[in-house]
Amino acid sequence: MSAAELPGFSTSRFRAEREADWIAFDLLLTRLEKKGAAALTSDELLQLPILYRATLSSLSIARATSLDKALLDHLEALSIRGYFLVYGVRETRLSRIRRFFRYDWPAAVRALWKETLIIALIITLGVATSYSLVASNPEWYYNFVPEEMSGGRDPHATVEFLRSTLGHGKEAAADEQQSGLHVFATYLFTHNSQVSILSFALGFAFGVPTMMLEYYQGIGLGAMLALFAGKGLGVDFGGWLFIHGTTELFAAALSGAAGLRIGAAVVFPGARGRLEAASDAGRTAGKVMVGVILMLLVAGVLEGFGRQLITDTMLRYAIGTVMLLVWLAYYYIPRREDVA
Amino acid sequence: MTAAQNAKLRTAQAKKIREFVTPEGVDLQLRIASSGLRLGALIVDLTAITVTLFIFNLLVDWIGHATPRDVTFVIWMLGAFILRTFWFIGFELSSRAATPGKRMMGIRVVARDGGRLTADAVVARNLIRELELFLPLMMLGVGAAEDMVSGWTILAGVIWSLTLSLFLLFNRDRMRMGDLIAGTWVVMAARVKLDSDIAAAAEAGAIRFADAELAVYGIYELQELERILRGRDPRAMREVADTIRAKIGRPVAEEDDVFLLSYYRQLKARLERGLLFGKRREDKYASE
Repeated sequence: MSAAELPGFSTSRFRAEREADWIAFDLLLTRLEKKGAAALTSDELLQLPILYRATLSSLSIARATSLDKALLDHLEALSIRGYFLVYGVRETRLSRIRRFFRYDWPAAVRALWKETLIIALIITLGVATSYSLVASNPEWYYNFVPEEMSGGRDPHATVEFLRSTLGHGKEAAADEQQSGLHVFATYLFTHNSQVSILSFALGFAFGVPTMMLEYYQGIGLGAMLALFAGKGLGVDFGGWLFIHGTTELFAAALSGAAGLRIGAAVVFPGARGRLEAASDAGRTAGKVMVGVILMLLVAGVLEGFGRQLITDTMLRYAIGTVMLLVWLAYYYIPRREDVA
Repeated sequence: MTAAQNAKLRTAQAKKIREFVTPEGVDLQLRIASSGLRLGALIVDLTAITVTLFIFNLLVDWIGHATPRDVTFVIWMLGAFILRTFWFIGFELSSRAATPGKRMMGIRVVARDGGRLTADAVVARNLIRELELFLPLMMLGVGAAEDMVSGWTILAGVIWSLTLSLFLLFNRDRMRMGDLIAGTWVVMAARVKLDSDIAAAAEAGAIRFADAELAVYGIYELQELERILRGRDPRAMREVADTIRAKIGRPVAEEDDVFLLSYYRQLKARLERGLLFGKRREDKYASE
């Protein structure tokens, strides 16, 4: 038999017979990837799985019979793209978002209640430590609060100055406007978010750096509290802190809890593999972290606007308490989905 | 190249290939993206973020004419934070599961268990990035700003944070810390255009090769020959043609491209016939 004679089954013929399907599938995929499912008519959507299966079967046949590398590579790439689109997108983005807010987010937070309690305890411990130290000897303050963060709020400041930093009265507000308060607020927001993200991200190191970071946050807070309380401004400072603090500290505790969950999964994976345990914990923690960033945004708005507009201490306490109750209710009141 | 070297090269390539069986029972053989491609994608994305911020800043400047300096400052601080947090998350949540940088490099994010890539996985893998990317930079920044910490402490910090950043170099699957936590992979997803079939055209003035002349090569050589033919570089074609002529003992009588094309077609036909009979000859070192 001469070598030029073609065998009964020819890969050229195979390609000629099926190429139209591949091109059609490629076109559909490209449109889906660019514009989403809305770009396709219902006829085309019905065709999609048919063309996908045709391409997969072409790939199997080509692997067994053809040595044309360009053809094999093309079919492989096309099948991979097809697989991820056909099996990937089962929900619209809108329903995904709705499900996140209605169910996934609070459920993830609820799942972390133990870790949240531990972190809350650690923050409280930090507050108590520095509070008692500064209350007994104000010089300790300088060890806890870095100078650029305190902005002159230290044990040597006068009561009037300290009161003015709490933003009471119109003049103080105007003053803060001029002194570039929005820069400071932006700085605080990005700083707090970053600390939260870090305390989450550091969790995989067995959760130890996370706990240290949260403890340190408590330390700074306790020192400030002791300072203001020492000058008889404790209640006012509490209001100043409370209006956004309940949201912000809650968010901080949740981010720490998310980190701790990952750390715990790495140390005690249980019956599953370590890798699997870590990625399970990572997904729960990821949901919580989206929530944390949203909470920090709310806290940022409360801090930036609420505190400027509302100068009455009692009202500040009220808003802070309401926010706390709203979050608690949102997260911990059981839903109907829990029963199902 | 010896047989051993050849086999080594092939296993090295195979190491990057992971079995990925679809519900239809076809193994898609995903290839893990190389660390170089991923670094390239990261650089593209960071550049894009910076350029976006810069343009936005110019725009604000242009609208407000002479804006005060601290507005610029706020834009950069807040913008950089929001962009670098949500740029990656936003793009990876789309159906292509890739940032513009990843698209450019032809790679994408995939759930390791073969399931759907969920939003929480995308969020988790990208928030960890903060740690891998910015912690070493922060360490350096802190070290430069304050010299109250000793140099050794800073060095230890930088090294520790670098091991986090370079984590993907130390495992087979090229997983970042974030991939590990989120249960994801980054794999090749380049589009491959369907090239014309170079064996399809009718053979006019073809050279006939005897079976013994075709029997010297296997699949590996055939596909290398295809690469050369598609590349259309005359120098490479000359080199390959001369090698084949020397191997099968033919004088230089035809144009290189005519010679190579004829040889490719007949070798391909011969090997594919072998496939139909269940004989797969990987390369020239394998026995018939």
